[in-house]
Amino acid sequence: MNDRLPGFATLAVHAGAQPDPTTGARVTPIYQTTSFVFNDSDHAASLFGLQAFGNIYTRITNPTTAVLEERVAALEGGTAAVAVASGHAAQVVVLQQLLMPGDEFIAARKLYGGSINQFTHAFKSFGWNVVWADPDDIGSFERAVTPRTRAIFIESIANPAGSITDIEAIAAVAGKAGVPLIVDNTLATPYLIRPIDHGADIVVHSLTKFLGGHGNSLGGIIVDAGTFDWSRDNKYPMLSEPRPEYHGVKIQETFGNFAFAIACRVLGLRDLGPAISPFNSFLILTGIETLPLRMAKHCDNAKAIAEFLSGHAAVAAVNYSGLAGNPYNNLARKYAPKGAGAVFTFSLKGGYEAGVSLVSNLKLFSHLANVGDTRSLVIHPASTTHSQLDDAAKARSGAAPDVVRLSIGIEDKEDLIADLEQALEG
Amino acid sequence: MNHDAYPDSYIREILNGVKSIAMVGASPVNVRPSYFAFKYLAQRGYDMIPVNPGHVGKNLLDKPFVASLADIGRPVDMIDIFRNSSHIMPVVEEALRLDPPPKVIWMQLGARDEAAAARAEAAGLKVVMNRCPKIEYGRLSSEISWMGVNSRTLSSKRAPVPTQGMRLSLNRTSVGGGETAASDRAAKNRNDAT
Repeated sequence: MNDRLPGFATLAVHAGAQPDPTTGARVTPIYQTTSFVFNDSDHAASLFGLQAFGNIYTRITNPTTAVLEERVAALEGGTAAVAVASGHAAQVVVLQQLLMPGDEFIAARKLYGGSINQFTHAFKSFGWNVVWADPDDIGSFERAVTPRTRAIFIESIANPAGSITDIEAIAAVAGKAGVPLIVDNTLATPYLIRPIDHGADIVVHSLTKFLGGHGNSLGGIIVDAGTFDWSRDNKYPMLSEPRPEYHGVKIQETFGNFAFAIACRVLGLRDLGPAISPFNSFLILTGIETLPLRMAKHCDNAKAIAEFLSGHAAVAAVNYSGLAGNPYNNLARKYAPKGAGAVFTFSLKGGYEAGVSLVSNLKLFSHLANVGDTRSLVIHPASTTHSQLDDAAKARSGAAPDVVRLSIGIEDKEDLIADLEQALEG
Repeated sequence: MNHDAYPDSYIREILNGVKSIAMVGASPVNVRPSYFAFKYLAQRGYDMIPVNPGHVGKNLLDKPFVASLADIGRPVDMIDIFRNSSHIMPVVEEALRLDPPPKVIWMQLGARDEAAAARAEAAGLKVVMNRCPKIEYGRLSSEISWMGVNSRTLSSKRAPVPTQGMRLSLNRTSVGGGETAASDRAAKNRNDAT
């Protein structure tokens, strides 16, 4: 078994975890503690000076969370990961390492509505300027590059319409521009797409969705691919220059191919503070153990439901890239051959009113603002997740007023189809 | 040896096998990577020797600096080179003149010299380039997992206790001083009754 490469399902169960050294507990214990005692004052000084690996305070590291981090890093094929309180927190922490006030990053227009808000409004007050590009037009990314560009941000499977992004083409643009490609892989999970294999330098997730998978815990994570050289020019001083808060330590020089994850932890998480609860880490970790089983079922159900809706007289259009004839079907076959995910949209011939009626008639689908639950979910993006956008931006991001979004769960698909059938008739 | 991707077994054998490590370019400045690595490896039980002509007469964590490999005056298993790639060859040449020569030449993160590696390998030495022994030790022992780093290892065995063996201490604070416990009072009452 020497140097054998384990398969995905084996990593989903084992990576990062080991029986507890003190008690022998086989399942990773919940280390629900704020702080950790030092062996002696020299040990304390070593930990604070980044000279030793170990725990100080749960805002920075925690043994339960560390298992979650290593597991996701292993599943994504990265060198290291940093778990945080939410997917939004992951985005703040990542960009804090990359952008100074006045810098820019390029983002795909087709994103989760909350990310569009965060980038447009919240980050403006930090002086981080988002420049939008169209993931269906690679040239729009090339044209958006300026000397102030510090990163490119895309979603692998884009919310809400489940469209697939050509990661390799955009990675080539990032490589030419000398900036890292950040991929939000929330809707795909590493089971369907591993963005690092296609050229991503950083992967972020909302763990709240399919990775945790049970709709019970918020979390986010940042995975460092270990691929980017932060020191080849002076664009990334957080990683290449001596850090005054650590008496002159240079992060990349000291930590090599997991320097970005260390920067996120000791400069981002430490100083901004969005730590994940160890209890949430435990629940998400338990969820990840069944990720391969759940994703297969999510995708199988989603395809069956997309096919059912495509053939229904009341339905105007179904946007599921797993269907032949969908504009993203070729990209789906290339990037996500095991399945095109379980989040997609469709529109009804009866327009907005029919959508509202459908949502209220459903009995198994839950009407709420989340995706990636064991339960099937439904929402009207134009009035909720994407409501802050104007009509043109709604349409551009795939959330036109007549569109309904589904997140298909792992129930029996026959029951889900029956529920949709009765709701469409109602 | 493919110096772009070492099998874990190769690194594990080196770190399990060597006992003494001379660190060329060791720095007494406690924010330099060489200081981090020196201290970490010393704490893991390696016999560490700091080599830096600029600091002779001083100590690094109680180990006296020597000016050159020839000044060590005893056999050493591994040379860990904390110098830029352009300064590797003279160190390797000096190492190969030692009698007996070391078993391993290790070049730090960022340092590579293919010609120097080839010469050392031709003389029967093992060579590692562009790696840090602290990081590799931490990774293969999974200690580095505490920082969320992917150790690329799995184990279903109970991990050894991270410090020096689990010996429960007797130096605990005792709760007591008088008849505080119900069981003590009960025993006393029984005696009173008899």
